[in-house]
Amino acid sequence: MAQKTYAGVTLEVTEDGYLVDSTKWNEEIAKEIAKEEGIELTDKHFAVLKYIRENQAGLTIRKVGKSGIVDIKGFYDLFPGGPLKLSSKIAGINKPTSCV
Amino acid sequence: MKKIVILGAGTGGTIMANKLRKALDREEWEITIVDKHKTHYYQPGFLFIPFGIYKKQDVIKSKADFIPSGVKLIFNEIDKIEPENNKVILEGGQILNYDFLIIATGTHVSPEDTPGLKEELWHKEIFDFYTIEGALALREFFETWQGGRLVMNIAELPFKCPVAPLEFVFLADEYFTKAGIRNKVDITYVTPLPGAFTKPKATKMLGELLKEKNITVIPDFYLESVDNKEKKIKSYDGKEIPFDVLTIVPVNKGDDAIERSGMGDDLNYIPTDKQTLRSEKYENIFVLGDASNIPTSKAGSVVHFASDVVFDNLMCSIKGRRMRAHFDGHANCYIETGFGKGSIIDFNYETEPLAGNYPLPGIGPFGLLQNTKMNHYGKVIFRWIYWHILLKGKELPVESEMSMAGKKK
Ligand SMILES: Cc1cc2nc3c(=O)[nH]c(=O)nc-3n(C[C@H](O)[C@H](O)[C@H](O)COP(=O)(O)OP(=O)(O)OC[C@H]3O[C@@H](n4cnc5c(N)ncnc54)[C@H](O)[C@@H]3O)c2cc1C
Repeated sequence: MAQKTYAGVTLEVTEDGYLVDSTKWNEEIAKEIAKEEGIELTDKHFAVLKYIRENQAGLTIRKVGKSGIVDIKGFYDLFPGGPLKLSSKIAGINKPTSCV
Repeated sequence: MKKIVILGAGTGGTIMANKLRKALDREEWEITIVDKHKTHYYQPGFLFIPFGIYKKQDVIKSKADFIPSGVKLIFNEIDKIEPENNKVILEGGQILNYDFLIIATGTHVSPEDTPGLKEELWHKEIFDFYTIEGALALREFFETWQGGRLVMNIAELPFKCPVAPLEFVFLADEYFTKAGIRNKVDITYVTPLPGAFTKPKATKMLGELLKEKNITVIPDFYLESVDNKEKKIKSYDGKEIPFDVLTIVPVNKGDDAIERSGMGDDLNYIPTDKQTLRSEKYENIFVLGDASNIPTSKAGSVVHFASDVVFDNLMCSIKGRRMRAHFDGHANCYIETGFGKGSIIDFNYETEPLAGNYPLPGIGPFGLLQNTKMNHYGKVIFRWIYWHILLKGKELPVESEMSMAGKKK
């Protein structure tokens, strides 16, 4: 397993760069991971990240879109490309898996 | 008299009616099954209809023929379940009380959920093949089509039989090759997944096969709307893909009755314990098949394996004993790959589809994640097995629990 240093803390990450231990996460770490992805975090981003951290089980783009925090389009605007994958990474939780 | 009510007489409900009637004393237990439709559709057969391989009569039989005597069969719409009161209300107000309830109401396509999907081009140049109507309309369209841009799109996850759209494009490649117009048909596979399939090894194998057959894959495309005027599909992040004919797996949802009963998640799937297959909330309700939210494929093979677990745990519960059967998420899917060949994947909650051999006693072996004629034959005989063995709840020479025998790690 790889290690990375964010905001002065050395953390274990998976091969795709997701934090192994989500409890080690904080907002400063989030900002640095986001920067690597080319995203500058705003309050809106943090509101979404909070929702994502609190609703990790069975998370889907659809569910985030119904959260009342952003709609699906807004979610894509905040985290362009793959919003669920990106936001999970920045939120310090596991890579989302889709079951077949 | 004690009562068991089964909701839905599709694959799962029919299997349970047969298993339970054999096992339970007729003097003691009344079994009732409800469905709104009189026709039982062999859904895996829908895939073959657009290519003229199966006709309508190949995939339909009367539901009543598969329900054993001694089971009360009611044809009516389920309006609502009242789990707190142990009763089900049917359209028109008829009430069914129960001691145990099995919910097997499946999943269905809901094109209404995507703006522009069910408008002027619906079943004219935009088709689903998850319904008999869609499959037949597409058959008619393909018969005289001159070629152009064929786009296969999946609107939302999860959807039932996750390999069906892949099989569809493989069969389309064969069909248009044989029609002599493959060079005029551009086939594109557009999916919200990051690749051809969800799990790494199967994605690689299937991805290579798509490439070999000159089928373009566009991953990470999450459908927002369909533009009927310009004939384009549009994603939430502004991507647009033009089509001449769009074949689509619309949003899949559990039945509206589940929503009306307040028992489902945001797609009307019922929270179910993935091991015992009992409702997470109610001790006398089991959920079998596509209606549940368990994290495995929504597929007939899963329903078949899961039915053994539901049966065992229901028998334990009836006797007031602790449930002892555990479902492992076992799924087993044949994948038609065109030109008389097929592949097969076998997996569960923990183990992704692996390559190797699938040793089916008396019939196999089939090649796992390989492209062989034998696998295609497996799919062909499956229809016979479905009508004659599976629905009747008889034993198949396949264990419910996945086996590692023959698999290469
Ligand atoms: C194109 C296609 C290809 C497929 N290929 C394969 C394959 O190769 N292999 C495989 O294993 N699986 C395949 N499947 C999937 C398989 O058919 C389903 O997973 C399986 O039939 C699910 O069984 P079920 O009992 O959960 O639901 P169903 O068999 O769908 O039954 C649900 C029943 O509930 C009834 N119902 C629902 N709501 C109500 C209501 N409110 N009132 C009254 N009745 C109601 C419906 O009428 C229906 O009869 C395929 C499916 C499709 C569409």
